[in-house]
Amino acid sequence: MEKANKIKGGDVREASRLIRNLEDSIPEAKSTIKHIFHFTGHAQVIGITGSPGAGKSTLVDGLIEWSRKKGKTVGVLAVDPTSPFTGGAILGDRIRMQRHAEDPGVFVRSLATRGSLGGLSKAVGDAIHIMDAMGKDVILVETVGTGQQEVEIINHAHTVLVVLVPGMGDEIQAIKAGIMEIADIFVINKADREGTGKLQRELMAMLDMSPIKPGGWRPPIIKIGNAFEPSEFEKGLDELTTKVLDHLEHLVKSNLIGDRVRRKTTHELNEALRAAILEPVLKVLVSTGELDRMIDQLLKKETDPYSIAEEVQKKYLQGCI
Amino acid sequence: MAQRRLRVMVAKPGLDGHDRGARVLSRCFRDAGYEVIYTGCHQTPEQIAAAAIQEDVDMVGLSCLSGAHRYLFPAVKKLLVEKGADDIVVVGGGIIPDQDFKLLYDAGITALFTPGTTLESIVEWINTNVKPR
Ligand code: B12
Ligand SMILES: Nc1nc2c(ncn2[C@@H]2O[C@H](COP(=O)(O)OP(=O)(O)O)[C@@H](O)[C@H]2O)c(=O)[nH]1
Ligand SMILES: [Mg+2]
Repeated sequence: MEKANKIKGGDVREASRLIRNLEDSIPEAKSTIKHIFHFTGHAQVIGITGSPGAGKSTLVDGLIEWSRKKGKTVGVLAVDPTSPFTGGAILGDRIRMQRHAEDPGVFVRSLATRGSLGGLSKAVGDAIHIMDAMGKDVILVETVGTGQQEVEIINHAHTVLVVLVPGMGDEIQAIKAGIMEIADIFVINKADREGTGKLQRELMAMLDMSPIKPGGWRPPIIKIGNAFEPSEFEKGLDELTTKVLDHLEHLVKSNLIGDRVRRKTTHELNEALRAAILEPVLKVLVSTGELDRMIDQLLKKETDPYSIAEEVQKKYLQGCI
Repeated sequence: MAQRRLRVMVAKPGLDGHDRGARVLSRCFRDAGYEVIYTGCHQTPEQIAAAAIQEDVDMVGLSCLSGAHRYLFPAVKKLLVEKGADDIVVVGGGIIPDQDFKLLYDAGITALFTPGTTLESIVEWINTNVKPR
């Protein structure tokens, strides 16, 4: 409780430590996050996804600057991939945001995926709660950006930005494969480059063919020019941030904000149940060697995974299901 | 199933643009299984200290080849201590003359690595001396 209160009071060190403890699955972290949960629900969460190198981090830096000018405090969660070979990771998103490092109104925390699929880290949901409890007005979540399975972000964000760049060839392909459904706003970055018009036309054609989104929202396409031409970049950012606010207003007006929050909450409960029910059972099966024996049986085709699952269910959840 | 992983930051304070070493080290630390936050060049001690706290790192590694280490390394350590983060280990590397070692150690820099030090020996030193907090 004391730790939770410190975090609510804005203690960066305590907050970052708690995120670390959650990433590392330290049991004590749970009791603190329980308290944190009651302090949440105030922040606006914006997700930023798109291929590596599309300019997501640079855009996040622009959004930090914009939010600060509006007097809002900002939390950033930037996710980069863990190497599957060594378990290590280089978290480099922060490089683009370092000009805000000393601003007490900005808290940037890098996270590694640690093998979790879907473009985020398993701690990201709780990390959002922690920054929310600290009183951050806006929370920006940058995903890894490896493409097709990166849909997890919709479980966390009010508004999802999909960042594309002209002339990469495969961007439309990636959209077809699933990103299309999660985009609330498309951003064409580096729009000073050749191929911008073509990409925009392709996107519009795709939107024409897609089912209409709930509440009749048609994802706008925002072009942002060279990030190194301040006047150009700011013009694009202004347009983008206007649309982000429009989208939030749309969610509120058409009562969809409740659906989003419900989806996020459902997802969280699912995860918590999995951790509380499945993981302890797995732990027993692993430590007793039972899991290995089951796998041996399966390899010898003596039984099938479904029958084993039923047996385990009977043994551990007897009478409940 | 708790598992601590070492988190380290590699930073280049000051105006020095020699970033090859910092990049090589970042990759080497990733391959050693650490989570590495790389902040890039031209960082002030204030930026480095603030970032280290936001990222909850166990160690800050400073790289400086320009000769400004005498001021910059102690400044980072001092700021960390002031912010109550005296448990974050600070090490440094680059072009550092022998006669500066004492000044830096006295200022709380735990170890120094100069050109020619093998990457293996750096990782070995960290594995022995820096524990996840
Ligand atoms: C390559 C190089 C350059 C490249 C840099 C490319 C780049 N992006 O990095 C270029 C050509 C751009 C360059 C420019 C200059 N350079 Co120059 N450069 C070198 C050179 C030849 C090698 C540096 C290098 O990359 N080494 C390879 C890396 C892997 O080694 P390292 O960084 O030393 O790191 C090792 C250790 O020091 C240690 N380490 C270093 N940092 C850290 C941090 C941590 C946390 C840990 C654990 C370990 C650690 O571990 C590493 C592995 O052993 C050195 C001479 C030398 N032998 O060091 C001169 C040298 C550093 N340069 C020098 C100078 C003067 C310059 C210029 C000012 C020249 C000029 N007048 O324009 C400019 C300044 C550039 C700038 N913006 O700051 C001088 C510095 C003199 C001094 N400090 O007193 C040197 C020493 C040459 C000399 N003998 O005079 N340079
Ligand atoms: N030409 C141009 N380059 C950009 C722009 N925005 C970002 N970049 C560069 O693209 C590279 C990747 O940017 P980054 O923001 O790290 O992309 P991320 O991987 O999606 O986070 C960097 O070298 C940036 O400097 C832009 O608008 N125009
Ligand atoms: Mg990035």
